[in-house]
Amino acid sequence: MDALLALIDANKIFNLTTLAHYWDGFTMTIQLVASSLIIGLILSVPLAIMRTSKNPLINFPVWLFTYIFRGTPLLIQLYMIYYGVTLIHGIQDSIFWVIFERAYYPCLIAFVLNTAAYTTEIFRGAIEATPKGEIEAAKAYGMNWFKRMTRIVLPSAFRRAIPAYSNEVMCMLHASAIASTVTIIDLTGAARDIYARYYAPFESFLFVAAIYLCITFTIIYLFKKIEERLLAHLQPR
Amino acid sequence: MLDLHGYGPSIFSGAIVTIQVAFLSVFISFVLGLIGAVAKQSGGPVARFIATTYTTVIRGVPDLVLMMLIFFGGQIAFNNFTEWLYYASDEKIDIFININEFVAGVLTIGFIFGAYMTETFRGAFLAVDQGQIEAGKAYGMNNLQVFKRIMFPQMMRHALPGLGNNWQVLLKTTALVSVIGLSDMVRLATEAAKSTGEPFLFLIPVAGVYLALTACSEWGFAVLKKRYNAGVVEA
Repeated sequence: MDALLALIDANKIFNLTTLAHYWDGFTMTIQLVASSLIIGLILSVPLAIMRTSKNPLINFPVWLFTYIFRGTPLLIQLYMIYYGVTLIHGIQDSIFWVIFERAYYPCLIAFVLNTAAYTTEIFRGAIEATPKGEIEAAKAYGMNWFKRMTRIVLPSAFRRAIPAYSNEVMCMLHASAIASTVTIIDLTGAARDIYARYYAPFESFLFVAAIYLCITFTIIYLFKKIEERLLAHLQPR
Repeated sequence: MLDLHGYGPSIFSGAIVTIQVAFLSVFISFVLGLIGAVAKQSGGPVARFIATTYTTVIRGVPDLVLMMLIFFGGQIAFNNFTEWLYYASDEKIDIFININEFVAGVLTIGFIFGAYMTETFRGAFLAVDQGQIEAGKAYGMNNLQVFKRIMFPQMMRHALPGLGNNWQVLLKTTALVSVIGLSDMVRLATEAAKSTGEPFLFLIPVAGVYLALTACSEWGFAVLKKRYNAGVVEA
């Protein structure tokens, strides 16, 4: 412990102030990514069900949503929401301004919509891959549409979607670095601050790169555990 | 008609920059991907270790962080190197190379997507029938000939879906070069939006250009697929 403190004292850049700054950035990144993933996941389930509908009036708007949000850079979506929200007439006088005053909520909205679009397409693929026989069996048992969905289609679709979804989680973590462009101090934002203060690009950026790498490995490990548990029947013996 | 307050031509030139960045960096990543895949496939332990580290580290770190590292750090590293060269050569070699935003952006995006391409090509290499390569060798072709005549044409068929995916992601990643200061479409549109106070007017057309580029590349990949699937009977 003394050696560690001595090491921290010895170098100019990684002192307690900057480490605290990095820690704030770390919690911000985790908070932003986790909340956008959770909200996006909740939104994407009904959207994916709508996307698999045969009725074009239900199917088309969701297709358009996913096409636009998957076809344009997240940076533009973020800019549009961040700069665009101030234009809504009278918003600066309304109670909503408390929410939109800081960059956090516009950023969260952009991330949620983006991840919801990707997750919707992942779930759509998983729902459409449901074996026909399972649905026919459910129908033969007299289950209605709702029961079929909640008992047969969705549980197996969620399992099938896990590998693709783990990729999406990783993409979201990496995309969250964009939040630093709209004044949010996430991990990347902290690195930019510290780079600007000490003019030390290697120390500041390599350090966060290492942290991101650690988070990525943790996510890979967690999903591997989840897959081992939920996809046990598909594991090679 | 769309009134862009005279910013139209400059945003159009930004769109050209975006397309240039995308094409140059996809070329770099293509070459890096092939080298990486060959290294992983048939290189020695050192080459394999370097390739594995490269793909693991690059795919685990956000593009923006890598881009800033290379843009801000690259210049310092390069200056240190040329300074060392200057003194090491008894003050004979005196070079200065300025790493501008364009070069940094293209190199970084190429470098990042090289890692994704490596994985795509590695999978595609594995999909080529081993007997084909043995047959090529039996005909007396050397390694390069086997690669050029047998491996590559067949591998591309398996690599195309992954390539298409990588290309679409790369296209959207080019928007990030605006953050390190390159005057691409996104940066010019954002500046115009800030000065006129009309973000939607400028950002929606830019988003439209990205959508158009995506749609065009979907068509392009359909053509390529037809070409590389020639002679293959679809199940």
